[in-house]
Amino acid sequence: MSVAGKPANGPKLAWVGVKKRLGGRDVLQGVDLDVAAGRSLVVIGGSGVGKSVTLKTALGIIPADAGEIRVDGEDVTHADTRRRAALMAKFGMLFQGAALFDSLTVWENIAFRLIHADRMPRAEAKARALETMRKVRLAPEFAERYPVELSGGMQKRAGLARAIVSRPEILFFDEPTTGLDPITADAINDLIVEMVKDLGCAAVSITHDMASARKIADEIAMLHQGKIIWRGPAADIDHSGSAHVEQFVHGRADGPIQAVV
Amino acid sequence: MNLFARIGYPTIGMLREVGAASLFAARAARACFDAPMYPGQIARQVMRIGWLSLPVVGLTAVFIGAALALNIYTGGARFNAEQFVPNIVVLGITRELGPVLAGLMLAGRVSAGLAAEIGTMRVTEQIDALTTLSTDPFKFLIAPRLIAAVATFPLLVLVADIIGVMGGYLVGVGSLGFNGAVYLRNTLNFLEAGDVMLGLTKAAAFGFVIAVMGCYFGFRSKGGALGVGRAATNAVVVSTVLILAANYVITSMWPS
Ligand SMILES: Nc1ncnc2c1ncn2[C@@H]1O[C@H](COP(=O)(O)OP(=O)(O)OP(=O)(O)O)[C@@H](O)[C@H]1O
Ligand SMILES: [Mg+2]
Repeated sequence: MSVAGKPANGPKLAWVGVKKRLGGRDVLQGVDLDVAAGRSLVVIGGSGVGKSVTLKTALGIIPADAGEIRVDGEDVTHADTRRRAALMAKFGMLFQGAALFDSLTVWENIAFRLIHADRMPRAEAKARALETMRKVRLAPEFAERYPVELSGGMQKRAGLARAIVSRPEILFFDEPTTGLDPITADAINDLIVEMVKDLGCAAVSITHDMASARKIADEIAMLHQGKIIWRGPAADIDHSGSAHVEQFVHGRADGPIQAVV
Repeated sequence: MNLFARIGYPTIGMLREVGAASLFAARAARACFDAPMYPGQIARQVMRIGWLSLPVVGLTAVFIGAALALNIYTGGARFNAEQFVPNIVVLGITRELGPVLAGLMLAGRVSAGLAAEIGTMRVTEQIDALTTLSTDPFKFLIAPRLIAAVATFPLLVLVADIIGVMGGYLVGVGSLGFNGAVYLRNTLNFLEAGDVMLGLTKAAAFGFVIAVMGCYFGFRSKGGALGVGRAATNAVVVSTVLILAANYVITSMWPS
């Protein structure tokens, strides 16, 4: 599938040999990864291997030490603040802890980009926010509430609504189902699948939750010791031929990966 | 470890910190003049930082003015100079005690508040979220706070000056036996515009220091509640010291 004006088969977003050293540790040691429009990629890996850092290097929140980030084939690794702001219009991100602004109401959170970056009139932005709330099945009576008054699951929905409100081309989900009950988690998974199909965007999700990974992934990649050590279609995850992936998928303490306790 | 290393490492660490804070201050100052501006945010911060600080500043000033009048009366009596109470009260308040004590109170109230607020936003990834929503945190978060502090602190100090003089007046007339009209006439006749200007210049500088330090420590805080607490403490300690240092520098450079 091709998006108008874009190369038909080039990746939407690519990490090319991305390295990052943080706190005296080489967290990313040359990450190569890419995702095409309309595809959903899930990144798995143990705690602290640098999954969140990987997403943040693509967003420019944590600058890469080496390597390149490419969006639509263009190198954006060293984009300046102004260019970065324009670039961010293509991205939507759901943070690990939702990261809602606690001084703003739910609808103002969702409409934040529309009001402050796109300078849309408040009334119009509010209508869009309410429409998006309906999409993520967040009841409209929560629009005027503040994030602290919401449960964790509802905060995730609000964060999801904020990520998709301006119809981004690339969506990031950092552990979208962590800390939710299985039913709410599954509802969030459904929403993600629906959004990817709906918007035709490229999605990169991070998760520890294999049920979630199976549900939302077209492709799965595993990050271990700073590199992508396996990548393949979601259907292949159970016969990956990689001892690391096997161990992770089955959640075994013994194997090539040492549990950090 | 040898002596050089023992002195060297902390020195390098401190220089690095000073450098990082200076770069932060420069970037924050530049953000105040760069589009896009957020007038709604500025208005909100003027209310929070300026308006809501009035009670603290006013209460401080009235007691300081009153105590100052008593002290000057006692001291002046030793060489028959009691009549100079109004003149010295107004000089002391406008040039020194108004701005410095208001600055110290505001260092507690405002810079701790900013560090805690921005620090919490940092550790809960709200600042990262701003970036992903095409909004520069320096322009949206820091510039409005800096503008509000630099603009409102001189006004707060002006109010502190007036209330401080009133505190002196109340004591002078109420318990030291001054005639009200004479007290006020002596205050006004003696006062020069330069004295007030010195105080207001200090106030603007203190506003800059307090807002930048509060934002700086908040911005780079990490490690949850403990980190945010440490950021607030550091913001207060460092801005207090910087205020006293800046006070001396500005006073010494002021043309008399
Ligand atoms: N801003 C930072 N400064 C210093 N070190 C950092 C920073 N951010 C992350 N790290 C370190 O980088 C490593 C990877 O962190 P990251 O958050 O990417 O892990 P993760 O794979 O997302 O783990 P989890 O599944 O637990 O969220 C960790 O060791 C962490 O301590
Ligand atoms: Mg993470």
